[in-house]
Order: sequence, then structure tokens, then C-alpha cells
Amino acid sequence: MADIAFLLLIFFLVTTTIEKDKGIARQLPPKEDLQDPPIIKQKNLFIVRVNKDDQLLVEDELMELEDLREAAIEFLDNGGAPQGSPEYCNFCQGGPDGVRSSDSSDNPEKAVISVQNDRLTSYKMYISVQNELVAAYNFLRNRESQRLFGWKFTEVKAAIEEGNFNGNEDDAQEKLERIQQMFPLKLSEAEPKGSGTN
Amino acid sequence: MSKFKKKKSGDLPAISTASLPDIVFMLLFFFMVVTVLRDSNLLVQNTLPKADQLEKLKKDRSVYIYAGKPSSRYQDKYGNQGKIQIGDKFTDITNVKFALTEAREGLRPELQDKVMVALKVDEETNTGLVSDIKQELRDLNMLKIIYITSPGNPVEN
Repeated sequence: MADIAFLLLIFFLVTTTIEKDKGIARQLPPKEDLQDPPIIKQKNLFIVRVNKDDQLLVEDELMELEDLREAAIEFLDNGGAPQGSPEYCNFCQGGPDGVRSSDSSDNPEKAVISVQNDRLTSYKMYISVQNELVAAYNFLRNRESQRLFGWKFTEVKAAIEEGNFNGNEDDAQEKLERIQQMFPLKLSEAEPKGSGTN
Repeated sequence: MSKFKKKKSGDLPAISTASLPDIVFMLLFFFMVVTVLRDSNLLVQNTLPKADQLEKLKKDRSVYIYAGKPSSRYQDKYGNQGKIQIGDKFTDITNVKFALTEAREGLRPELQDKVMVALKVDEETNTGLVSDIKQELRDLNMLKIIYITSPGNPVEN
């Protein structure tokens, strides 16, 4: 009987995992008043508005949540700067059929996504929007790291964080940074405007 | 008649202790299975929103902030507007700074600069409350935050 008990004990010991919290990490902008905020060209700005009824307005068009990721990817990946100019993006794939629109972002480095919430937007919607936008960045980062190094950005990043990455970690870290520079996460958040108190 | 005579040399036989370990183990398992680890007592409703682009949180360097409507048993007392909870009690938005500084001091000294604020916010809360908290965090220069979510696809619900 005691043997069985020990067996059970060991079984439970091995199978239990203390659940870790997971979430979307974000860096807040430091509190300092910018004297002259940088001027961003209209075409490099992708504006996502969410109203108090959780409706999305993306670039002045009503949109459903499931289309947001696609739209963000298209915007970031547009690479509208003409060939030969210093801003030309040589890895972007453009919109559908590879067309690079001149009214969308010049290159991923310039592209800024701005989210404007109402104070009464639900937190669930807020997180969903953030999640879709991060997913758009992850999609593009994965695509580029797959092309350049043959592995997926998110997978390697997670492996390094968990400490079970086999291979040269410094080298991989450097490559991760390079990918991050190709698609820097530029998500700006306007202070929520709007009706209610909270 | 001697059949019905009581045994006179009637010392009680010693109780067998052979099964004692089994009982102890049974108790051990019972407690192992029913115990839930939790560090603070939740005063607010806390259904986390779903997301799938997740990163893991390093627990030793994090401070938790909960927000949401008070749980049903506290609603008579505290109303049903969104509230902030730090540690074991409700905190007003003006007191957030103080409570956070206190919570930060509870961490190991070498990790206090790398503190990460974990926001566990109920999905029904308004974004306004969250952005108020974020303003306070910027004032305190605690800029690393993580919105704790539960894994799942946000588009499907």
C-alpha cells in the first residue's frame, strides 16, 4: 500500500505544473513633455479608433475585428517609398498582388499604428485590438526570420525565455534584434477621449 | 458451562498500526488535491480577456494590480463601479502610487529596478480605468507592464 502511495505521490509531483501567468507585454512611454513632437506623415500613420460601443474605425472605415490583422499587415508591409530612395524597403512585399501603394506607409520603420480608445471601450475589446496588432507584427517578423534564418521569430524568442533553446544563444539574440529592427513595434496610444468618467 | 466464562486474562490486544501510513498518505493526497495556491484574496470579479500573442511573466519581479467590478458579495458595500485592488484591499486611484511603492519594496532589492507590473483586469472594465492606472505608472516610472490574459482566440468570442 505504501508503495502505491509513493507511486501516486511521485506521479503527482511530476505532472503538476504551477501555472504561470501569461499576457501581452508592453513598455509605457516615459513621462516627459516633448517640445516638438515629431511630425508623422499622414500616409505613415494607421489610425485605429474604438468607440464606446466597441466598434472599430480603421483609417476612417468601419471594420470587423477579424479583418484588422490583415489590414495592419498590409499597411506595415507596404513599403511605398520608391526604388532607389534611401527609404526604400527591400524586403517588403506590398499589398495584394505585390502592388506598393503610394498612399500607405513608406517602410516598416516609419510606419506607426495609433490606437485611440474611448474611455468607455471595454477592456476586452482593447485587449483584442492590441492582440491583433501584435499578431500583425509577429506575422511579419516570423516571415522575415523564416526567410533569413530559417526559423520562426516567436518560437525562438519563447525558447530563449524559457531557457530551453539549443544552439548559440547570443547569436540568436542578435538575430532577433535584427528582425526587431526591421519591424520595430511602433504602437502609439492616444489618451482616451470621451464621454463617461470610467 | 465453561464455554460462557469470560476470559479473565483479558488485556486488550494492541491496535495494529500497520495502516497508519496509509491514512497519513490519504490525508496528504487529499490536501494536495484540494489546495489552491493563491497569494491575495480577490475582491473584484476577474474574468480575463482572451489573447493568443502571449509572453510569460517572471513572477519574482512583478507587482499585481487587479481591477474590475467588486465581486457580488462586496457589491452592497462598494457599489458596482470598476475598482482597483492592490494587495488585499481596494485602492483609490489617488492612492495607487503609495500602494505600488509599498508593493515594490516587498520585492528582492536587486530586482526592484526591473519591476514589471502585471495588470489583471476584468474584461468588462472600461478602458478609462486602465488608462488612469497607466498614467499613475508613468508618473512612478514603472514602465514595464503586462496585461495578463487567458489563452484563446479573441476573434471567436
